[in-house]
Amino acid sequence: MSASTNIQYQKLEKRSRITNLLLRWFLYFVLALFAFYFIFPMYVMLVTSFKTMDEIRQGNLLTLPGQLNIESWAVAWGGRGYGAGDTYLRPYFWNSIKMVVPATFFSTFIGALTGYVLTKWRFKGDSWVFLFLLFGCFIPYQAILLPMARTLGVLGISNSILGLVFVHSIYGIPFTTLFFRNYYVSIPNELIKAARIDGAGFFKIFFKILIPISAPIIVVTVIWQFTQIWNDFLFGATFSFGKAAPIQVALNNMVLSSTSVKEYNVDMASAIIAGFPTLIVYVLAGKYFIRGLTSGAVKG
Amino acid sequence: MLKWLEKNLPKIVLAPSVGLISWFVYGFILWTFYISFTNSKILPKYELWGVGQYVKLWGTRKWLIAVDNLLIFTVLFLVICIVIGVVLAIFLDQKIRAEGVLRTIYLYPMALSFIVTGTAWKWILNPTLGIEKLFVDMGFENFTFDWLVNREMAIYTIVIAGVWQSSGFVMALFLAGLRSIEDEIVKAAKIDGASLFTVYWKILIPMMRPVFFTSFVILVHISIKSYDLIVALTQGGPGISTTMPALFMTQTAFHKSQVGLSAASAMMMFMAVAAVIIPYLYSELRRENVS
Repeated sequence: MSASTNIQYQKLEKRSRITNLLLRWFLYFVLALFAFYFIFPMYVMLVTSFKTMDEIRQGNLLTLPGQLNIESWAVAWGGRGYGAGDTYLRPYFWNSIKMVVPATFFSTFIGALTGYVLTKWRFKGDSWVFLFLLFGCFIPYQAILLPMARTLGVLGISNSILGLVFVHSIYGIPFTTLFFRNYYVSIPNELIKAARIDGAGFFKIFFKILIPISAPIIVVTVIWQFTQIWNDFLFGATFSFGKAAPIQVALNNMVLSSTSVKEYNVDMASAIIAGFPTLIVYVLAGKYFIRGLTSGAVKG
Repeated sequence: MLKWLEKNLPKIVLAPSVGLISWFVYGFILWTFYISFTNSKILPKYELWGVGQYVKLWGTRKWLIAVDNLLIFTVLFLVICIVIGVVLAIFLDQKIRAEGVLRTIYLYPMALSFIVTGTAWKWILNPTLGIEKLFVDMGFENFTFDWLVNREMAIYTIVIAGVWQSSGFVMALFLAGLRSIEDEIVKAAKIDGASLFTVYWKILIPMMRPVFFTSFVILVHISIKSYDLIVALTQGGPGISTTMPALFMTQTAFHKSQVGLSAASAMMMFMAVAAVIIPYLYSELRRENVS
């Protein structure tokens, strides 16, 4: 843009200062309104979790608790200490950890290798192979639930953490492949060629050259897979029950179980516990979270 | 031998992924497709039975309700998410103070599971102690809000929670789209006398066509697959008034033991998704080839 148009533009900016001011007030008002809408449920969850049941019945969604009552958190996490029917999240939290760590690792590793082959060892028809794999991102899992349930039974790993690791590792591959393929495409092939001339082989190039420069995409992929697997309910609810259930299934069971009086404070504490790990990841690494979301988010 | 191995190593490394996806995605879909043409009950039977399950499916009241609900939900979810997403993106694009904080607030629901979201909203929408009590305490004494237990209105509670969860995501997509457009275009239009409104309405929004398309595909996809949110919020109730196809499928398979019928419903879902996804993949691929 030339200097004269720039000056013209600045004049224009000055003239509309008052309109701008009004507009900005309106802008901030709407933005604040939406901020309230988005924060409101989290606020309600937090304050409810710290109230006693009496306070819940007497007050309303917005009222603050008289004091921080952490009992409902203790009950949500560790139960009441009586035997049968006492469901609490601690064991299921660990179930989810035991599921999410290996499944994230396997799917990320396989995706990295696949993306590497598809971009740096190209062959005839490789883009078809990519499309073939990519389609797995989009399928509604209902179309594979029945045969998967039988397969897990045949393999003897139905209703186990191992079974869920297996399922999540496989159905993560299309996504992880997508991430790594798109990242490796932008890495100059000269780098690989030079290494090959120096005598480096397939795996040496992968581990010594590509992996060290893959940190950003590894972070994106790990966060994506972690969030997806941690938050999964369909596979968890279909392929596991009882003691082998992941945390989302346990949370749902806890909230739905209608033994005696409904304890909303315990429900809310449980919900926050179940959402805590992914929220932390989001707060600490939001940039990578969003990058994953916008580049591969076709999964529901 | 070693030479062959070395030459084909990349393909050998690729083989497990391709094999797994062939079997567990394509093979399994074919299996479900086949079973949908059999009269399978608790266990799969393999003799063909024709299109009986599909005929039965489209004559099942619960399935028709599920499809109806899916249509209502999809339209509202889509329109509201896109409107909120576009408005927030445009507003955030005006050199707003604390943009980072606001963005973080708008998007954090995406980090939560639908079960957590459903649990929270179930409590907020609670017919006695929730929103209703809040308004009564504020002085609106006759305020009632019973959508969660109202057959006619319960489906809209799922829309409310779904929009809360996903509209921030649409905002993120549009904000990224707006940021990728050159400032010069906007400045030039302003010099020509275009108001800010015109700039957005006539220039920027039309330029966002690909983003609209992507949002459309993703949101429709989310809505066809909606399962967790309904389980957590209404469990398909009251009665069967908020059943959706994904819920119908699992209930028919695992509670009613009607494997054939459930396979037919799964295939209907698959076809609905394919109808949206295949044109999308095709256009994406073409765009990639052009650039």
